[in-house]
Amino acid sequence: MSPPRPSAVLSGAHFMDGNHAACEGAIAAGANFAAGYPITPSTEIVERFAARAPLVGATFLQMEDELASSIAILGAAWGGAKAFTVTSGPGFSLMMEHIGFAAMTETPSVFVNVQRGGPSTGLPTLPAQADMMQARWGSHGDYEIIALCPNSPQECFNLMIDAFNFSEQYRNPVLLMMDESVGHMTEKVVIPPADQINIFPRRHTSKAPSEYLPFKPASDDVPEMARVGEGYRFHVTGLTHDEHGYPSMEWQTQQALVGRLVGKIRAHADDLTRTEEKQLEDAEIVLVAYGISSRVALWALQEAREEGLRVGLLRPIVVWPFPEKRIRELAQRVNAFVVVELNYGQMVREVERAAAGRARTILVPHAGGAVHPPESIVKVLREVGSWA
Amino acid sequence: MGVMVPFNPVEPFLRSERMPHIWCSGCGIGTTVNCFARALAESKLPLDKVAIVSGIGCTGRVAGYLNLDSFHTTHGRAIPFATGLKLANPELTVVVYSGDGDLIAIGGNHFIHAARRNVDIKVICINNFIYGMTGGQVAPTTPVGATATTAPYGCFERPFNLPYLAESSGAVYVARWTAYHVRYIAHSMADALRKKGFSFIEILAPCPTLYQRRNKLGDGLETMRYYKQHSVIRHGANTRDVNLHFQGEITLGKFVDIERPTLQQTMEQRFRQVLRDRYAG
Repeated sequence: MSPPRPSAVLSGAHFMDGNHAACEGAIAAGANFAAGYPITPSTEIVERFAARAPLVGATFLQMEDELASSIAILGAAWGGAKAFTVTSGPGFSLMMEHIGFAAMTETPSVFVNVQRGGPSTGLPTLPAQADMMQARWGSHGDYEIIALCPNSPQECFNLMIDAFNFSEQYRNPVLLMMDESVGHMTEKVVIPPADQINIFPRRHTSKAPSEYLPFKPASDDVPEMARVGEGYRFHVTGLTHDEHGYPSMEWQTQQALVGRLVGKIRAHADDLTRTEEKQLEDAEIVLVAYGISSRVALWALQEAREEGLRVGLLRPIVVWPFPEKRIRELAQRVNAFVVVELNYGQMVREVERAAAGRARTILVPHAGGAVHPPESIVKVLREVGSWA
Repeated sequence: MGVMVPFNPVEPFLRSERMPHIWCSGCGIGTTVNCFARALAESKLPLDKVAIVSGIGCTGRVAGYLNLDSFHTTHGRAIPFATGLKLANPELTVVVYSGDGDLIAIGGNHFIHAARRNVDIKVICINNFIYGMTGGQVAPTTPVGATATTAPYGCFERPFNLPYLAESSGAVYVARWTAYHVRYIAHSMADALRKKGFSFIEILAPCPTLYQRRNKLGDGLETMRYYKQHSVIRHGANTRDVNLHFQGEITLGKFVDIERPTLQQTMEQRFRQVLRDRYAG
């Protein structure tokens, strides 16, 4: 896996929206394959990639549906590419099986979901954050996921690179959970020089084929990958498999495999956790918000502070694994968490679980289609402040 | 005292440590795998550069038994996986080996689009007229009148004519054989391995456990007799005319063998023409 060609990285300052920035993040991360199916509000990412791909030595293919897109990238990954797909709402639902297949086969891959209002066709052109639990649990069976949530075009660029790096490091599908507002918001995006972008290389084995077991983990529970076409003659299956990669229908094999798939992420939850925190030092009330809602929540924070309320903000940047340790620590000393999200209660469940009754947890829900009016958040903060 | 074990020319192509396989006695899938091994030998392709992709089902298990880089993917999605694999690594010869339910029912959309694009993959479809792995349900290939667990009074839906579907979707090589015609299968597979573009081989195969027994058609051997007696080889036959009927005549042969630029070629040609030296391919 070679780093991106320096000429492919558009180093410099740009004025671009989150979708375009996500595409440039992928290219800067060395992505050389994407497959996608048009769906609002995500399509600009693959439109840009389709235009850029032949100029940077990458391949883009518009597939016949999201099922095809989401497994073409996995075929490409096993073919040696760094690959991603992009979707929204209904397309994300269709991709669930292949997120599970990627987890089971430990295929490095990045799935982008520019969230829109649902359920079903919902609000194709308007924002929501109602796929957060689907991101965590959407495919059947036990597995762990890594999901990142940008709140600006700059972060769409940055987190796309992180998403690729995590997918290589942990050999796991990684989700970039954008939302329509962040995807279509235009701001300054600074793309660093290519040599300042850290790339986690594919974990190719250096063992000889006779010494190599495709699913025998290294010390960090992540196995090394063989290069296809180099004589390893390896087998990859979505069935429960042993270290040879061969199917085995024994409960012991299931326990060893699923235990490792789950464990390799859980054991590194602390390494993966990333939050942005504002004014938590003296906070009695902690706003918890991510993506576009974190920007609205910040507005509410400032208004509440002017009224003398001691409010802080915790923004999960890596949303899965959930930063539960941080919530647990804060729950020892704050009165309440106020969770602001564009759904009827998803990540709030995680906050409440981690707080474990030590601090109250209040949801400020929104069905999507717009962002919260800041005043609706301030109102809740005032009320929560009055309980103390 | 040792027992003389004659060398089996197919053995180097198989993962012997995975034997015995899961297929029932009289099943035709193993026969076609034997043919495939002989085709690989005949093709003289470097085996390290051959990858096999299967979907789900009885035929979906083929990938796991072949001593190649092998991928057992999700139900119906072997073709788009193979498309990604081939585009990312064009030096591989990519073979999709799966069943009629996997490739044509749940995977039908991918089948027609890969043929339309002329992705350079070879698709081998073992057609046993039924869903074997799940216990004998009706398929889009089940002949009218044949019974299945989910068509207990007989199938009343018109089945696909697979060679016609493949040709009209854009395949450059289309052939049909039965599990009885082992030499033809092996030669046809070797042809397809050498061919550039979307190549399709349909192989009719007995499922004695579910299709033949339920329809009172005898065992695997009796099915071979039927294949022998009721097959007519008509190379170049119009694929419109090769419909299959319940226990009817079977038209076999190489129906299509044409040249058409592959997806990779049309993609590169287009970029070179439009982008000239800006093309980084």
